[in-house]
Amino acid sequence: MKSNERYEIRFSGSGGQGIITAAVVMADAVGSFDNKHVCQTQSYGPEARGGKSKAEVVISNAPIDYPKALSVDLLLAMNQAACDAYFSDIKSDGLLVVDGGLVQQLPTSRSVSIPFTQIAIEQIGRELVANMVALGAVGYLSGQVSLKGLEQALLSRVPKGTEKMNSEALQAGIEEAKKIDLDSLPRSVLSEWDDEF
Amino acid sequence: MLESAEIIRQEYLRHDKKFPHVWCPGCGNGIVMGALLRAVHSLGLSKNEVVLVSGIGCAGRMSTYVDFNTMHTTHGRALTFSTGIKLAKPELTVLTVMGDGDATAIGGNHFIHAARRNLNLTAIIVNNSTYGMTGGQYSPTTPFGSKSTTSVYGHVEHAFSIAELAATAGASFVARSTVYHASHLEKMIKQAIVKRGFSVMEVISNCHVQHGRRNKLGGAVEMITGFKERSVTVDKATKMSPEELEGKITIGVLADIEKPISTEEYQRVIAEAKQHAEKIAKEKEKNGVKRYEE
Amino acid sequence: MESSENQKKVLLQGNEAIVEGALAAGCRFFAGYPITPASEISEILSVKLPELGGTFIQMEDEIASMGAIIGASLAGVKSMTATSGPGFSLIQENLGYGCITEVPCVIVNVMRGGPSTGLPTSPSQGDVQMARWGTHGDHPIIVLAVSSVSDCFSVTVKAFNLSEKYRIPVIILSDEVVAHTRESVTLPTTEQIRVFDRVKPDVPPEWYKPYADNNRGVPDMAALGDGYRHHVTGLIHDDRGYPTQDAQEIEKFLGRIHGKISKGFQDIMVIKTHLMEDAEIFVIAYGSVARSALRAVRDARELGIKAGLVQLVTLFPFPRKNVDIYLRQCRAVIIPEMNMGQMSREVSRINQADCRIVKHNKINGQLITPDEILKHLTTV
Repeated sequence: MKSNERYEIRFSGSGGQGIITAAVVMADAVGSFDNKHVCQTQSYGPEARGGKSKAEVVISNAPIDYPKALSVDLLLAMNQAACDAYFSDIKSDGLLVVDGGLVQQLPTSRSVSIPFTQIAIEQIGRELVANMVALGAVGYLSGQVSLKGLEQALLSRVPKGTEKMNSEALQAGIEEAKKIDLDSLPRSVLSEWDDEF
Repeated sequence: MLESAEIIRQEYLRHDKKFPHVWCPGCGNGIVMGALLRAVHSLGLSKNEVVLVSGIGCAGRMSTYVDFNTMHTTHGRALTFSTGIKLAKPELTVLTVMGDGDATAIGGNHFIHAARRNLNLTAIIVNNSTYGMTGGQYSPTTPFGSKSTTSVYGHVEHAFSIAELAATAGASFVARSTVYHASHLEKMIKQAIVKRGFSVMEVISNCHVQHGRRNKLGGAVEMITGFKERSVTVDKATKMSPEELEGKITIGVLADIEKPISTEEYQRVIAEAKQHAEKIAKEKEKNGVKRYEE
Repeated sequence: MESSENQKKVLLQGNEAIVEGALAAGCRFFAGYPITPASEISEILSVKLPELGGTFIQMEDEIASMGAIIGASLAGVKSMTATSGPGFSLIQENLGYGCITEVPCVIVNVMRGGPSTGLPTSPSQGDVQMARWGTHGDHPIIVLAVSSVSDCFSVTVKAFNLSEKYRIPVIILSDEVVAHTRESVTLPTTEQIRVFDRVKPDVPPEWYKPYADNNRGVPDMAALGDGYRHHVTGLIHDDRGYPTQDAQEIEKFLGRIHGKISKGFQDIMVIKTHLMEDAEIFVIAYGSVARSALRAVRDARELGIKAGLVQLVTLFPFPRKNVDIYLRQCRAVIIPEMNMGQMSREVSRINQADCRIVKHNKINGQLITPDEILKHLTTV
């Protein structure tokens, strides 16, 4: 990354899916363990459950001015509504990552679809940790964070007694992401026809 | 009494403040101040350890005249300042002097919460049934039907009973006296100060210039002797019917209960929190510079 | 606050950093009332203060919170409260008492959209002029603004220091964006921070005049119970603290409490400049908007526009001398604010240089974006 460049990740889904927690762990890993500059923001409604949930992590080697995302490098969408709402903010060479079980309509083929929730239920036995499965994949695919730092940050922030479960969820996400060949994806999220219009 | 009056004058009144005070001739506030100073004197408290906080109104001016650590605060808010002082320096004896409008109208919320919270504070409320300083408007303790500058056709609302309000809100100690019963008042104030927990001392006082004049209650002498005639002790009151108690002033200790004092409970919180913090620090030290361990 | 080898970076929210700053500055008393988006400050201090032997109390409302922190400060303990718009309205009454009695204390207002209950979880800068003029009567006050997590720490320390040094309530204006943004920061160690404590009297108690003038215009301050028995009142008072109606004494007193701030201007007024050396057009911004502005200025420079940024840390007293230099240097200034133009009034007031003033105001609960500011920089 060049000195003034930013890498922007947006985590999105609905309240109760652990969207903000995933973003905070990512930010902690990048900032506290990898020693980069990081800025994490969120927006949410007054309700604790349901409703839209959005959290952003901006990463840079230099101090960060504008704290929110300007054009997103990686969008994680944990449901269809989030995918539809935020897809247009992705950079042309950005990446869309979705929960394959919950998002069926993909607006681009430059996307990675992994059934995070299903993996959480089947491999870990708890739907609750789908956010950590997703975080594992996002961490790996972004290439912006050391996986060791990510695990350390996660362990420092999850409730006592749930460390093992969350750690396994993170690993499951990383393993799934390793199977993806990013080079095989189209280079742009834009449709190839765009030039003709 | 004469000898003590001299001690009070020399020891407890401020000599660098130009008297006369703002109180009208015959006002009960002077009697309350005298009783309070005698109570402090007989308890042997050092002037440096006493803080007298007052609100706004005639009674609120008391803090200007006495040689303690004194604070003349905002209208109705005296108890909030007292709360901060007591929590910051629990070793101080904090006395809060307020009027009836001060304590139970604009300061009503602070008053009931101070009673509920139960810090080790003493509140002395001089109840003269009116806003004297501003010209005699009706207050929360103005009797139904009474005339005031804002109820010239007779008051259409009902009065608070301050002592009962305090007891219901959870005060540890509640007493009532009048400015006629100067010795009784002194004794009650003394008990209120000694009592650990939130103590409320309601003092029935006269404002013959405003409330008395508009309701044909006579001058200071008539009003104050009226308190004598209308007063019944708590013991006697328990044997009387509600009809018989109509218009009477029940004097004495109305509530005296034991319950945990939040000032002291908070010392337990501090001790526990410190222990907890030490434990965490030790764990950190043991685990080295790394913040977190698997 | 750049990181050094031996100091660990931590990920903190703005509200958390305010707590860290307050504790580092010596705050040991907090009274507050729950309100979004300031509640984290209360919650964290309820845990951290008793660990340090300090006191946290949740009062019945913000009027009471303000009274309690003044009481605690008079007893000698550094004190703070934190609130948002609706609570900020309530603290105004006792804030005036703090100004006239010259009691050091810090008030944090995490601004949210208003008026009234407004927009509880959205940012705003709508309380700027209220912070200056909210309590009745002409009064001195210091108002500081924070724009990042590291600011939240250092400005809070500065707020306590100014408050102790000048015996005056200091208001910190934060906003929902700054309050809830998490950033990785390296907090300075205790040795790296300069902490200023109020000056206590050293004369015998009988000589002590609690409101007497001196070189700084700031009288020495005894704590309740220290043996310096004196009177504290919200009435205009003389040197000894006793109420006065004497015109000369009134003038002397009010002259001093306003004058002590003028005397300290150089110390109190803080701005940060970015790329101003050769700037021809500049942005004046504060709070979270300053960060959008910095981005816009950098983007403008990429386009060959000589743009710069003056970020206000001190909002009041308005840093007129510092700003005036740049009004004379540049042909235009853009003033983006999440209100209807509350600081641009101050800039207009002092602008004697024919610098063109362009306001950009947004009150829909959304942070002003760099693009919105860049548009002005490229077209004005």
